[in-house]
Amino acid sequence: MQKIYLKLLTALLLLNLTGCGYNNFQSLDEGAKASWSEVLNQYQRRADLVPNLVNVVKGYAAHEKEVFTQVADARSRVGSMQVTAEVLNDPEAFAKFQAVQGRLTSALSRLMAVSENYPNLKADQGFRDLQAQLEGTENRITVARNRYIGTIQDYNVAVRSFPQNLTAMMFGYKTKPSFTVENEKAISVAPTVDFGDKK
Amino acid sequence: MIRSVKVYLKLKTSLTILSAMLIFASFNVCAELVTIPVLKARVTDLTQTLTAEQQSQLEAKLTAFEQQKGSQIAVLIVPTTQPEDIAQYSIRVTDVWKLGRKKQDDGILILVAKNDHKMRIEVGRGLEGAIPDLYAKRIITENIAPLFKQGDTAGGLNAGIDKLIGLISGENLPPPPQKQQRNGMGFENSLGLFLMLSMVCGAFLTPILGRIFGSGATATIIAGIFWLIAGTLGMAILTGVMAFIFTMVMPWLFNHLGGVGLYTGASGSGSGGFSRDIFSGGGGGFGGGGASGDW
Repeated sequence: MQKIYLKLLTALLLLNLTGCGYNNFQSLDEGAKASWSEVLNQYQRRADLVPNLVNVVKGYAAHEKEVFTQVADARSRVGSMQVTAEVLNDPEAFAKFQAVQGRLTSALSRLMAVSENYPNLKADQGFRDLQAQLEGTENRITVARNRYIGTIQDYNVAVRSFPQNLTAMMFGYKTKPSFTVENEKAISVAPTVDFGDKK
Repeated sequence: MIRSVKVYLKLKTSLTILSAMLIFASFNVCAELVTIPVLKARVTDLTQTLTAEQQSQLEAKLTAFEQQKGSQIAVLIVPTTQPEDIAQYSIRVTDVWKLGRKKQDDGILILVAKNDHKMRIEVGRGLEGAIPDLYAKRIITENIAPLFKQGDTAGGLNAGIDKLIGLISGENLPPPPQKQQRNGMGFENSLGLFLMLSMVCGAFLTPILGRIFGSGATATIIAGIFWLIAGTLGMAILTGVMAFIFTMVMPWLFNHLGGVGLYTGASGSGSGGFSRDIFSGGGGGFGGGGASGDW
């Protein structure tokens, strides 16, 4: 009889070990990676839009050189940064990524603000189409970032809370960086430029 | 004198705290988000803008489209989405409603914030190819907004929905699930049929032909029937073997388990009923695609 109890106890302990969160970390980690690639995807989509947008605006406002250089500069910085899933484990690289994207965000919002002064540009169908695409992309970025923040929160809570934190320590799972509120503001203010509002 | 100053100061601090609390409270009220209505129908109008007739017309059109193409389109009219941006509110709604089929993500939400004079077409991930943001924007500015400006809400929605249906129709999506499947029965149904047939045949044939020959005859009959239904010989033979074994052990099963076997059979064959009066999302995902506009 004693033996049966012992066996049961071992089985329970083994079960507990899997319940200690190792598998949980696997799925949370993958979830974080997936939502991070969605964020990257959408930022990439925005970067791809920039050349076309700049070209159209140039057609009507060629002398606004300062804005164009700012946008081109920010765009090339975004392009030159190698971003992989590894950024998630490196808060410094993450902060840099945020800064670089934030720069492009503000350069683009300046570009859109300048466009405001050119009625012909605003009436141009090509420009309006690009504007719709930019708006849509900015919105997708916001959604992707929010979802990333959500998954990272789940992940970080799991990493920190007892007893899973022991498992996390053992297998080297560290908390991952998330988008900060300060930056969030900068981005959500930016080119959600809705010219229709300002009639 | 000093005392009164002290009292004054005390009063002042408590007043400051009180006003701070009041400000905080009012801030809290401001920050309260618009709740997401429960999804019951394809057209949800919280502003009573549409007449019952217009609403049922739209509903019929969207229902017909879902039956034909499988995609779910829903309309939501709210008074306001403040303090949120319409895009933020709409993604919250679609996260809860989950319009569209699960793998296809082919749902669309048409959201109208009446008092804000804003609208949004939120496009599911699977339809971002058929309806790029650009098209969604054009549908809003060219098809919906002009009619909304004239106060024709139903007309605007109809025009927009027609355009969207046109765009989705060109997309190559898997067909919607048929309600009555003629070929290929579900596992549960065939299990029910199997149990029922072997019990009926077995009960008739084993007393006449004896245990072994009766079971053999039952197995042959069932194999034949399943061959007709499934169309594959291997499947039919397998079913026949199963029927033979089942009929052989059936008397023993009945003696020991009573009516349990019968009960499972009945519940297996009875699970074919459909009741879909209340509309619900199919689990489709949204990624923020679509466009917003005003009128």
